[in-house]
Amino acid sequence: MKRFTRRAVGSALAAICAMGLWSGAARAQAVEIEYWQYTFPQRVQAMDELIKRFEAANPGIKVKQVTVPYDDFRVKIAAAVPAGQGPDVVQLFYGWLQDYLKAKMLQPLPAEMFNAADIEKEFFPSVKQMKVGGQYYALPTSVRSLALFWNKKLVKEAGLDPEKPPQTLDELVAAAERATKRDASGNLLQAGITIDMLGQDHHWIREVLIRQMGGKPYSPDNRKVTYNDAAGIKAVAWYTDLVARHKVGEAGFMTDGVTAFRSNRAAFTIDGSFRLAALDNQKGLDYAVAELPAQDGKRFNFTSYWVNGITPKATGAKREAAAKFLKFITSPEAQELWLEKVGELPAAVAVANKPAIAGHAKYGPFVRGLANAEATFFVNESAQRKVFTDMVDAVLIKKQPVAEAVATAAAEEQKLIDGFFGN
Amino acid sequence: MVPARLSLSARRALWAWAFLAVPIVFYVTIRLYPAVDAFVMSFTNWNIVGTRAFNGLDNYLRLFGDPRFWTVLRNTFVYLGAGLVVSMGLAFAVAYHLDKVRFGHGFLRALYFVPHITTAVAMAWVWRWFYQPVPVGLFNDLLVAVGLPQQPFLRSTGQALFAILAPAVWAGIGFQIVIFLAGLKAIPAHYYEAAALDGAGPWRVLFEITLPLLRPTVVFLTVTSSIAYLRIFDYVYAMTLGTGGPLDSTKPIVLMIFETAFKNFEMGYAAAQTVVLFLILLAISLLQLRLMDRRP
Amino acid sequence: MTRAATRPSAAVPRHRSQARAAPRPGRILAVTLLALGGIVMVMPFVYMLATSLKDNSEIFELSLWPRHPTLDNYAQVLGASGFPRWFFNSLLVAAVTTGSVLFFDSLVGYTLAKFRFCGRPAVFVAILSTLMVPTEMLVLPWYTMSKAMGWLDTYWGLLFPGLMTGFGTFLMKQFFESVPDELIEAGRIDGLNEFEIWWRICLPLVGPALSALAIFVFLGNWTAFLWPLIAVADTRMYTLPVGLASFSSELQTEWGLIMAGAAVATMPTLVVFVLLQKYIVRGIMLAGLKV
Repeated sequence: MKRFTRRAVGSALAAICAMGLWSGAARAQAVEIEYWQYTFPQRVQAMDELIKRFEAANPGIKVKQVTVPYDDFRVKIAAAVPAGQGPDVVQLFYGWLQDYLKAKMLQPLPAEMFNAADIEKEFFPSVKQMKVGGQYYALPTSVRSLALFWNKKLVKEAGLDPEKPPQTLDELVAAAERATKRDASGNLLQAGITIDMLGQDHHWIREVLIRQMGGKPYSPDNRKVTYNDAAGIKAVAWYTDLVARHKVGEAGFMTDGVTAFRSNRAAFTIDGSFRLAALDNQKGLDYAVAELPAQDGKRFNFTSYWVNGITPKATGAKREAAAKFLKFITSPEAQELWLEKVGELPAAVAVANKPAIAGHAKYGPFVRGLANAEATFFVNESAQRKVFTDMVDAVLIKKQPVAEAVATAAAEEQKLIDGFFGN
Repeated sequence: MVPARLSLSARRALWAWAFLAVPIVFYVTIRLYPAVDAFVMSFTNWNIVGTRAFNGLDNYLRLFGDPRFWTVLRNTFVYLGAGLVVSMGLAFAVAYHLDKVRFGHGFLRALYFVPHITTAVAMAWVWRWFYQPVPVGLFNDLLVAVGLPQQPFLRSTGQALFAILAPAVWAGIGFQIVIFLAGLKAIPAHYYEAAALDGAGPWRVLFEITLPLLRPTVVFLTVTSSIAYLRIFDYVYAMTLGTGGPLDSTKPIVLMIFETAFKNFEMGYAAAQTVVLFLILLAISLLQLRLMDRRP
Repeated sequence: MTRAATRPSAAVPRHRSQARAAPRPGRILAVTLLALGGIVMVMPFVYMLATSLKDNSEIFELSLWPRHPTLDNYAQVLGASGFPRWFFNSLLVAAVTTGSVLFFDSLVGYTLAKFRFCGRPAVFVAILSTLMVPTEMLVLPWYTMSKAMGWLDTYWGLLFPGLMTGFGTFLMKQFFESVPDELIEAGRIDGLNEFEIWWRICLPLVGPALSALAIFVFLGNWTAFLWPLIAVADTRMYTLPVGLASFSSELQTEWGLIMAGAAVATMPTLVVFVLLQKYIVRGIMLAGLKV
């Protein structure tokens, strides 16, 4: 006890004195850089392997991988960065780019190593969003898109062909209606389709349904919300009608959409390529994947990706090392390893279109989806997602007219965007 | 050695400060300094990196002008009001009777304490299943079995807050019961013996001996439980998957602070919210202490 | 330090042999109701245990008895590379913190309850007010401090913020207030100094409160998440809750693993509670014999 007491007093006093004086002490060793990503066994292993290969090729550089539980990634970043700690190279969701930039937590990738024209030739077009003011700030290793997942067993039980997925939105509704099961008092036993705005549905509405109904979610410069029109209302009405009119699903059924699908309690779900690994691991589930249903012959998709960026902490030799490392982990070699270990699609067009990937039964539909996929320009991803969740809840729970809910959502989201550009 | 010529009260004061010396250093550096730092931060627009530029009362004006803040504040007070009354009432009822039970006392107490040692993330998952509609959800199955209509619980803006409060009370009540039990045991037996000689009935004993003598315990629990419910976070976060939904109907102020600080990185604004929460907590605690902590 | 916690059981000069009548119908009803309530209270916990014994094809059925019980989840949790170390780290941090808190909080609580000196109310309110600042706003300055002192990724860095608590100080103050002043006077007449009066006379009188405080502080530190998350980056320095958080992720949460992890993490606190319960009971029985 005493030792701790003395140590506490001494340390506390020393802390007061030291706080003003401290400035980062430079270390004169081989260059060591820190790489941060969220904890997920496959990702961590894949990165360990990449680091091993990178260090073998670059003897003067050491890379330390730090992993943080997913939910707490931003908390940890927020504590570390002000203290001059934290990553040199960091992985972040593409939709966070704007708030990271606003918080000055990224520096541009060195132009001499990351030529904008080359990047745009090599990567899927949506990566362009990582270019701000003519400079690239981050690059992905892999990309994601959405697709329609269906449970073969349930579809077959409903008297439908388990090898022929619905091709249009109308077919989807019809199939979902047949696959829905309720008991005598109307309680949902099995959903035709999952309704889960905290999953991927908000992306589906925003980037796919609104466009399929003939609208556009945002103006070309991303500064104006443009879905408060007939198309936007039609899209939201179509989605909420799944619950209100067709009664093929319920929000919160089996707690969430993924759970409902995994537990054989939902016939269809809209989900991302990143889900494949978990579903393949699910015992007792037989499922397949198809491109998102079309409407009037039009197909759209939503793409997203995690990117790697360099923080301002990396300067001089560290910056150089960080750039080399980033270049390596976004190279085709890394992308193929990532696909093999993590199961996510390569970010470079040429790699993704290799026959083994594009022709794959489960990867294929996602790769095809990437061809007409948009990545939403998020100024504040979590707040903008909440606007959509609230919009649907307003219709489903508060029974607000769709047009009103859409108008409120558009105004709310416009406020967020204006706030961002106003600063 | 303390000089003998000092008066008794001066000598005791010296002892008091000697006892307090180390703790004061601790509290000032580890607790007060960060709090003061947050207070200063609340007048700046700091967002994690860069310099802190003072922006006067901007954060506070923005907060008071935000309708969401008032929703959140209302939610927070509903958590406080309902949570405090229900949990204190139940905890006292259980502790009062448990105190008189000798058969299986330790085992019974352990049963009531078990929820308190569980983790919110794991238990929230179980509770979310309990709230499912028929035929999966336990609560709705029970309602239907006794002929009542199903309830939407977590999917209703009117019920969700209480549906989240229930597991929070469930998890916290073991703490209150144990403290009440410790307080009941600290009441000297001769008071009860005297009452028994006077022929006082159980209700008179409860109101004239037990409750008055339990006052320090009640004060302690009221103040700490109020603080706990005003700072409610874990169960809301776990039950609503971090959203405080549906439609913000369950969001308490600490979740708003958490979002502002770590989702938006607006530290200055988050600090202003913290200061407001702090002032509310301080006012309520001081009021409770003043009203209840008078010596008999 | 442990002496402070165990002492009361050895020498409690306490009373209380409350007239406990033979079982009456009312008492039997009360016991029955208490038992029923207790069963309701542990039900969610039992569901958690049941879930931890299921594989992922069965997990969403919510039956109380697994059809094909399996220990796979436990094997996977216990086999996680860092598990034994995380467990040890948590135990060390919780034990040291509990010791420190018991000593300091009871000392400060006693001082605030039994001494009259100028500045006392201010000190009390200042300490109490530390309960009112959410941890979320404290971790950033703590981190900066830790970095400046080189405490990141050390045990000291993990435990320093918890060495004293406003909560425990307040609890102990409330309990010391019911200690009769005459006992303190008697100690003074016997020639004890103020520290000895606290240590030998008053501390043993608040045994149940100390035991309760020990449980809560141990529990609070055992489950603490936010600060340990931030204070360490090295996975070997993780505490159990931080390590277990890795089982939920962006894409999938392995609920079977979460439940098994939660069950394993619960055991030490349950043990601590059961052990200290005995002390409480023994302390009271000794007191009964003496009076």
